[in-house]
Amino acid sequence: MTSPNPAAKRSLAQRISGERIVLALAAPVLAVVLSVAICSVLLATSGKNPFDAWNVMITYATKSDGQVNILNRTTTYYLAAAAAAFGFRMNLFNIGVEGQYKVAALFAAFVGAQVDLPAIIQIPLLLVTAMLVGGLYASIAGLLKVYRGVSEVISTIMLNSISLAIVGLLLVPGIFAPKVSGTSNSIQTDPVSQSSHFFSIPTAGGNLWGFIFVAALVGVVFQFTLTRTRFGFDLRATGRSESAATASGVNVKRMVVISMVVSGAIAGLIGLPELLQNSYYYGQSFQPGLGFLGISIALLGRNSPIGIAFAALLFAFLDATGSQLPLQGGFPFEIVDVMKGTIVICVVVAYELVRRYGLKRQQQKVGAQLAAQAAAASNKEVAA
Amino acid sequence: MSQNFTADYWKRVVFPLGEPTGKPAKKRKLSWPVVLLLIAGALVLFAAVGMATGNHSLTSSGQVAAALGSAVPIGMAGLGGLWSERAGVVNIGLEGMMVAGTFCGAWAGYLVNPWVGLLAGMLGGALGGLLHAVVTVTFGVDHIVSGVGINLLIPGICAYVNRIYYKDYISAGAGANQSPPADPLPYITVPGLSSGLKTIENHHWFLVSDLAGVLGGLVTNLSVVVVLAAVLIVVSYFLLWRTVFGLRLRSCGENPTAAESLGVNVYKYKYLAVIASGAFAGLGGAYLSLVAAHFYKDGQTLGRGFIGLAAMIFGNWMPGGLAMGAGLFGFTDSLQLRDPESVHVLILVVSIAMALFALWQLYRRKYTATVVSFVVAGGLGAWYALTDEVQRPLIVATPYLITLVVLSLASQRLRMPKADGQVYRKGQGK
Repeated sequence: MTSPNPAAKRSLAQRISGERIVLALAAPVLAVVLSVAICSVLLATSGKNPFDAWNVMITYATKSDGQVNILNRTTTYYLAAAAAAFGFRMNLFNIGVEGQYKVAALFAAFVGAQVDLPAIIQIPLLLVTAMLVGGLYASIAGLLKVYRGVSEVISTIMLNSISLAIVGLLLVPGIFAPKVSGTSNSIQTDPVSQSSHFFSIPTAGGNLWGFIFVAALVGVVFQFTLTRTRFGFDLRATGRSESAATASGVNVKRMVVISMVVSGAIAGLIGLPELLQNSYYYGQSFQPGLGFLGISIALLGRNSPIGIAFAALLFAFLDATGSQLPLQGGFPFEIVDVMKGTIVICVVVAYELVRRYGLKRQQQKVGAQLAAQAAAASNKEVAA
Repeated sequence: MSQNFTADYWKRVVFPLGEPTGKPAKKRKLSWPVVLLLIAGALVLFAAVGMATGNHSLTSSGQVAAALGSAVPIGMAGLGGLWSERAGVVNIGLEGMMVAGTFCGAWAGYLVNPWVGLLAGMLGGALGGLLHAVVTVTFGVDHIVSGVGINLLIPGICAYVNRIYYKDYISAGAGANQSPPADPLPYITVPGLSSGLKTIENHHWFLVSDLAGVLGGLVTNLSVVVVLAAVLIVVSYFLLWRTVFGLRLRSCGENPTAAESLGVNVYKYKYLAVIASGAFAGLGGAYLSLVAAHFYKDGQTLGRGFIGLAAMIFGNWMPGGLAMGAGLFGFTDSLQLRDPESVHVLILVVSIAMALFALWQLYRRKYTATVVSFVVAGGLGAWYALTDEVQRPLIVATPYLITLVVLSLASQRLRMPKADGQVYRKGQGK
């Protein structure tokens, strides 16, 4: 290109200007500091030194086994948040991630236990199974919304509860669980076949789950789809203004169903790291609550694939290191939930405050520029 | 993310197919005679099925009392949602506020007495509401984000305090993570009437006994909190729809800018509404920890805050509809506590009801709906005929399945407050 494009250049310069970065970072940092302060007070009221607790958490995070633990959790959390965020970008409030991943993991565990193919076919088969089941389960909410006008909030809340019934109906001896359960009382599926085990990277601190690459891939595809494809443009447009999207020829009904299915398909992956890398079977106590956690992480990361990576890392850090609190020093683990809650609330408040401050700054700047122009103009007049 | 995420999104909750334009479709308002006729019809249906199967448990006084009990926390959460959304603030945090109610209720109920416990539960919930109000009204943060944060924060705090505080009370009957038991609240039984109705009920006369069973459930062993909840719903209706205060509050949910131009202090009304909302949710929580159980335990609410929200939307943001929704959810919710046999009978009832609905659709010449209803009715009938009992997980899921079915039949006629979920800044109308 020969002619420079000043508009594009300016926007690039604006994007990386120092002030914007400081403003963008100010909110999360402020939130974490506030949250730490609040939790310190809470810990202090229990008659213990809060600094001991922080010390336990940070010490664990500096050890290699702690770091591997954090990264493995981040993998799961990232997938959960990505599933929720995909819906949010389209203004779809998919609370049903919770139910979708449970049903998907159950079916994946069943298929993994029944089928034993070479790993190169087996693992894609399980991934597709989980995504298909998750997507199908989510599509119920999407179709009900489009054709019957049922809010996806209500229908996914109901589907979450119904998913428990599905698991309860299928996870019984003779259907998905083996007829003669072993020594343990809990009902669970057969372990998945050896070829279903996903690769992991042995490190000094234990096995780093290879699924982290799948999560990263999901993030990259998410970002690419949103910013570089027509579908992503349609999706964001519909999320911003449905009427404008309709006017420009977007089939909103189709978008709703597709986004719901994609969100559900990502949700289907949530249970797989645990299933294919750690427990190898689906039992009644299979990791609950990841769906709601994913929603919080997605909101914290402002629904951007990069933002939720940081948010997932933060929450994984809190959960992984928090699990050390009862073991060392006898702090209750529940303080971690308090921290998560305060961070979510503080961060949105901080974002809002910073946004208002930024707006004010901008207004002042523009005002100053205009005043300078006016002054210059009047000077010219005087000179002339 | 657009600034009015919640508002846009909430609007789509109600009008997923776009807002209705032009003049509204013919409004078929349910008048009182029609409602009474429907109730009578349902009673006849239940009585007939009870006669045919010999299982009268669905209209027994025990079932009705259990349904009322299950409806209270759902109804109170829904009433909380009603107050808040009528003032234009979406309250997803009801679940967290309910948890605050369970905790504070059981705590003060143990320390002082259960009456103070009820008050403390309301106070705890109101504090949660205050937090929601500060975040959404003063700071103008998206309502759903704040609600999700509250649902994380309050249960976290309660579980934390539960863990560090009650371990010193093991001798008083506290468990590893539950509070010591509080004294029970009184129950009301109307003397004479209750036993008389019970006698009639036991005769199993067609219709008469069923009616006696339902009435008997309403006058036997009724917790005072159930009565209180019913009174609160009625009072809320009068306060919100028959007073100046209510008109102003609702105007904040419909058009805050216009309300402001008329001199209404919008922030004040929003604050009041959201705090009241928290207090009602807290009362629902206190019911769980003082009446349904006598102690606090983590995870006692089991998503009832969300179900309450669903009941309110089901009831079209009106107290009467909300009470009906809560009753329906309470009825199905209480089934899981009862014997599986009665759920099996319920399948037959629903099957017949669907068949009747199909005939009604045929009369109105809606042929697709007719066919769908007939197929559903036939399927349910076959299910009833071919099985002897319903598996437990399905019983637990019944309320949710019914909700989905009912909403997919009904939800397109709903109308929410116009400015519900929108972030409002003082003086934005300039």
